[in-house]
Amino acid sequence: MLLFVLRDLDGGCNKLDNEKLDVNTTIAILERIKDIIEANKDYLTELDSAIGDADHGINMNRGFSKAIEKVRNNQYFDIGSIFKDVAMSLMSTVGGAAGPLYGTFFMRASMKLAGHKEADLTLLAQAFREGLNGVIALGKAQPGDKTMVDALIPAIDALETAAKEGSSLKDGLAKALAMAEKGMKDTIPLVAKKGRASYLGERSAGHQDPGATSSYLILKAFYEALEN
Amino acid sequence: MIGILVVCHSAKAAKGIAEIASQMAGEKVKVVGVGGNEEGGIGTSTADIYAVLSELLNECESIVVIPDLGSAVLSTKAALEFLTDEQKSKVIIADAPVLEGAMMAAVEASTGSPKEKVMQVAESAHLLKKLVN
Repeated sequence: MLLFVLRDLDGGCNKLDNEKLDVNTTIAILERIKDIIEANKDYLTELDSAIGDADHGINMNRGFSKAIEKVRNNQYFDIGSIFKDVAMSLMSTVGGAAGPLYGTFFMRASMKLAGHKEADLTLLAQAFREGLNGVIALGKAQPGDKTMVDALIPAIDALETAAKEGSSLKDGLAKALAMAEKGMKDTIPLVAKKGRASYLGERSAGHQDPGATSSYLILKAFYEALEN
Repeated sequence: MIGILVVCHSAKAAKGIAEIASQMAGEKVKVVGVGGNEEGGIGTSTADIYAVLSELLNECESIVVIPDLGSAVLSTKAALEFLTDEQKSKVIIADAPVLEGAMMAAVEASTGSPKEKVMQVAESAHLLKKLVN
């Protein structure tokens, strides 16, 4: 209860600011990520059962449920600390490769966001770029390897372009989301070069990559939370 | 003392492989296994790996990690990011078949070889032939 009072004082009112990512908006986004991942749990697992070990939906759902639980029980004064808590939760609870990969994404992004009460599109794009660099350094995936990177690279490129053009946060995320969706669908014909799916070789072609799909869903949550 | 850390998707596999390798290692080598996700299912946990690594670093001057595949490798690398640079310099990851690699690493480590040599020998395990014509 106290938390709500403090947030109200801090934000002035309950309405979320659509132009800046502040503490309240970031928490609303995480709630949305959790809901979207939960709603798509079976879908992600189904995609992963075709070319992986059929645990992506279950793992991601467990990870983000734990992450939001942790965030709900804490009080934050900067958005970097929220991202960091999400990173730690994902790394310890997801279980599959997605844990260290998404954990690294949020961890690296958190370093860029540390000490910031709010982020505009430019700062968010920088944080996401750092996160993506961390994912690539850890997983060594190249574009076209049929991984989450295939959704994230075009999305973050679009986010940066939008930031340079002076787009609003919401418009920037809309453009990023459109590119992530395209990148995700473009993984369908690809042959997997990384992860469990790579053991299938040519047989991995014809299936949409579960990691690229969860990356798309996470960006979708960012966009939808701002839309509301 | 050299430590060998076996990281598997299954806690049982990790502990079992560590047990088999320990038999070859003698007193001078500590072989430990860690695996499974936080709920005891199949997977790996960065937090668990970090905890075991930190503990091992208290008694071992160096550690060779032998992960099974995929997320075991990624979780290990992510766990290393939480160590200090000094601690990190004491840990090396071997790209080896997990059981054979752990056994050969244990034997090599028991002769007092440095971690680089132990890693190299563990990695040579993929050339092992089990069936001889």
